[in-house]
Amino acid sequence: MTQQHQFDALIVGAGGAGLMAALHASKAANVAVISKLYPTRSHTGTAQGGIAAALANMEEDHWEWHMFDTIKGGDYLVDQDAAEILARDAIDAVIELEHMGLPFDRTPDGRIEQRRFGGHTAEYGKRPVMRACKSADRTGHMILQTLYQNCIKQKVKFFDEFFVVDLIVTDGACQGVVAVEINTGEVHLFHAKATLLASGGFGRMFKVTSNAHSLTGDPVAAVWRRGLPLEDMEFFQFHPTGMYKLGILLSEAARGEGGVFINDKGERFMERYAPTMKDLASRDVCSRCIYLEVKEGRGIGGKDYVYIDIRPETINRYQSGPGGKTVTAEELEKKLPDIIEMMRVYQGVDPITAPVPIQPTAHYAMGGVPTDADGRALADERGTLVPGLFAAGECACVSVHGANRLGTNSLVDLVVFGRRGGRAMAEYVQTAELKPLPADPAGAVVQELERIRRQTGTEKAAKIRAELQEVMMDNVGVFRTGPMIATALAKVRELKERFGRVQIDDKGQRFNTDLLETFELGCLLDLAEATALSALNRTESRGAHSRDDFPKRDDVDWLKHTFVRYTGPASAAPTNGQTAITYKPVTITKFQPQERKY
Amino acid sequence: MKFKVKIKRYNPETEQKPHFETYEVEADPGDRVLDVLHYVKWQQDGTLTLRRSCAHGICGSDAMRINGQNALACKVLVKDVVKEGGLLTVEPLLGLPLVKDLIVDMEPFFEHYRSVMPFLVNNDALPADGRERLQSPEARDRFDKGTWCILCAACTTSCPSFWGNDQYIGPAAIVQAHRFVFDDRDQGAADRLEVLGQQFGVWRCRTAFNCTNACPREIPVTQLIGEVKQALATGKLE
Ligand SMILES: Cc1cc2nc3c(=O)[nH]c(=O)nc-3n(C[C@H](O)[C@H](O)[C@H](O)COP(=O)(O)OP(=O)(O)OC[C@H]3O[C@@H](n4cnc5c(N)ncnc54)[C@H](O)[C@@H]3O)c2cc1C
Ligand code: FES
Repeated sequence: MTQQHQFDALIVGAGGAGLMAALHASKAANVAVISKLYPTRSHTGTAQGGIAAALANMEEDHWEWHMFDTIKGGDYLVDQDAAEILARDAIDAVIELEHMGLPFDRTPDGRIEQRRFGGHTAEYGKRPVMRACKSADRTGHMILQTLYQNCIKQKVKFFDEFFVVDLIVTDGACQGVVAVEINTGEVHLFHAKATLLASGGFGRMFKVTSNAHSLTGDPVAAVWRRGLPLEDMEFFQFHPTGMYKLGILLSEAARGEGGVFINDKGERFMERYAPTMKDLASRDVCSRCIYLEVKEGRGIGGKDYVYIDIRPETINRYQSGPGGKTVTAEELEKKLPDIIEMMRVYQGVDPITAPVPIQPTAHYAMGGVPTDADGRALADERGTLVPGLFAAGECACVSVHGANRLGTNSLVDLVVFGRRGGRAMAEYVQTAELKPLPADPAGAVVQELERIRRQTGTEKAAKIRAELQEVMMDNVGVFRTGPMIATALAKVRELKERFGRVQIDDKGQRFNTDLLETFELGCLLDLAEATALSALNRTESRGAHSRDDFPKRDDVDWLKHTFVRYTGPASAAPTNGQTAITYKPVTITKFQPQERKY
Repeated sequence: MKFKVKIKRYNPETEQKPHFETYEVEADPGDRVLDVLHYVKWQQDGTLTLRRSCAHGICGSDAMRINGQNALACKVLVKDVVKEGGLLTVEPLLGLPLVKDLIVDMEPFFEHYRSVMPFLVNNDALPADGRERLQSPEARDRFDKGTWCILCAACTTSCPSFWGNDQYIGPAAIVQAHRFVFDDRDQGAADRLEVLGQQFGVWRCRTAFNCTNACPREIPVTQLIGEVKQALATGKLE
């Protein structure tokens, strides 16, 4: 039985981007939000450190500086017109959050308090600046809660625990989505003039990751399966401070408050690599430095990790606290309560009295569904639009993060471009017409779901997933080479083939997470293929994409975005077929590419 | 280490009522109970059904009864709940309708949450300079603890008053109300206190303290409930 619904506009995903879009779109249109998780379970809630905006509440700051930092942080692959919007709009977007009730930390004079963060500087790179607005180390939680609260206030319509499995695309235009109601297993057709994807990241293709189990990028895979392009998939950020082995994130706020990296020799090694910003250099830089320290035998006890040290005595010895001031254990407990607790719980280490083992963790997808600055999805590198399709947040690529995102810039991206996307969509539906659906739009994906349910074979989804995560981590991680990536690509394709023989245990209809997890694995396989293809193709090193065999940035040949796409017939299952890569030039307005030093 | 885990199972499509199933598992002492459940699901029985997402205690998906105590499966370590060769028991939350295995219907919980108007109410004009409303650090601190809530339902489903009558709005909804009632930017206190003062409001709380013990975010839930009772009794917000 297939149920059918009609709306002006749909939003897929209820994290920061989806909820912000919903609040704005539903002011002018009939909107539904569809989410496989209860909205407050979305991964935005785990964001810790802060949201950047040049409010200048603590010290002089300007949106132009923020724009420059964003572009430099992204290793000049950022589209500068979009970065300008991000940095400018950040200011009133943060103010809008405060007006919605967000409990920001406050300065003694009652303004929003700010802290330092990696790569955010004053006067175009001269010194760290306090730009990250925050609520202790629970900023994402507060954003998610506040936006959801306002959705309740505004009576936004939600379909919670509905899993989107396909997009309905007819003659190149998006007409809605197909979703499974998780509790009943029923298939629902959502027919709409416009659909905005806000499904977050897909870090679960890597073994060590800060990403939730649910971050598998299913709607992004649907875009790929429909032959639409994905942009800059080779750029995946590895955050330097993941808890050793677990990958759970320890926010950069730890370093913003003065924490330093220490190697086996007890050395603050970032001083050597980044004399100005030191431990607050951008993430790609810090992750590579950790990797190099480990490679040269200076990992702790010769192993593959180093320490983050936030003991007050260490911070005070190096005078690495904010503004060089001394810090106390009590202040740290107040500013970093959650991450200190997490270190105590999950690693059994008290960071106030001992250094904590860390290693880089797969964190953030800079790439995704290409859009313009109003969230409209692009059909090609020339800027042709996909009628009815929008995207915002981590699943989208505007591109404001280029080759490497700065800390605190994702939360800004969510609210700034979620808002713009929501507004643009509401405007679009005023004049767009609701075209009739094609016959049996759910047919292909229902067939794939039924195949998974009934398939017999010797393969297990958990095993294929573990092999995928391992091969991607080892070969398409912090450092890569052509042969390594080629190994990963071959493996991913082998896994895709084996995916067809996965047998699941749960044959039921209701809450069949066995089935849906397997479907998610198929999505990860497609996105891993897109990532590896793009990484193999880009023969230079830029931002998060570091090729040992091509160690230099090459602006002559590679100052351009990758558009990768599947070119076979539309599919509702993992693709098996031809792919193609094309390029889109980077938009440069104010800042010419320079060598990147911190 | 090796031990057994006994899990309450229920398949609504084939069973009238739940039963227990026991699995032999292997885990590190530092593993999370969630890792153990994944071990069962991924190595032994794919039909085991649970909610989870973040795996580090922030999203609120995996509250359940672990050895009879409400907790997040991703925030309880194996070494703290079971010994080598021992038995670990995992059951769904009590007091909410059972859906399948460890999954309960969260809708009644969210309905209570929505009933306290969990959003900022302020009808004054916004600051003319286009900037943030001002709030002192002390005023911000006043309602801090309530903002930690992740809506996992561990508190509400540990409360004997809620087990006794599920119309009681429960500790989580009161914590959410507290978060706004004591925010000096908010003007909705009177309406919220009216809801809280009703028959199934805050007076159903018998100070059993289960909620405070159950909260994985260490919110002093009973204390916050006490402050709401106080505000109702005296008509003053302090
Ligand atoms: C631990 C951690 C800390 C971070 N800290 C910071 C920080 O301090 N500052 C900062 O700027 N950034 C930070 N980030 C990054 C930032 O939090 C994320 O990039 C951002 O929250 C993503 O938001 P989103 O709205 O795009 O997606 P998410 O919040 O991930 O939401 C995705 C939504 O899509 C839904 N969904 C997904 N697939 C489907 C499907 N198939 N069907 C239906 N619904 C679906 C989910 O249910 C969910 O509601 C952090 C990230 C992590 C992991
Ligand atoms: S899985 Fe998110 S709280 Fe446990």
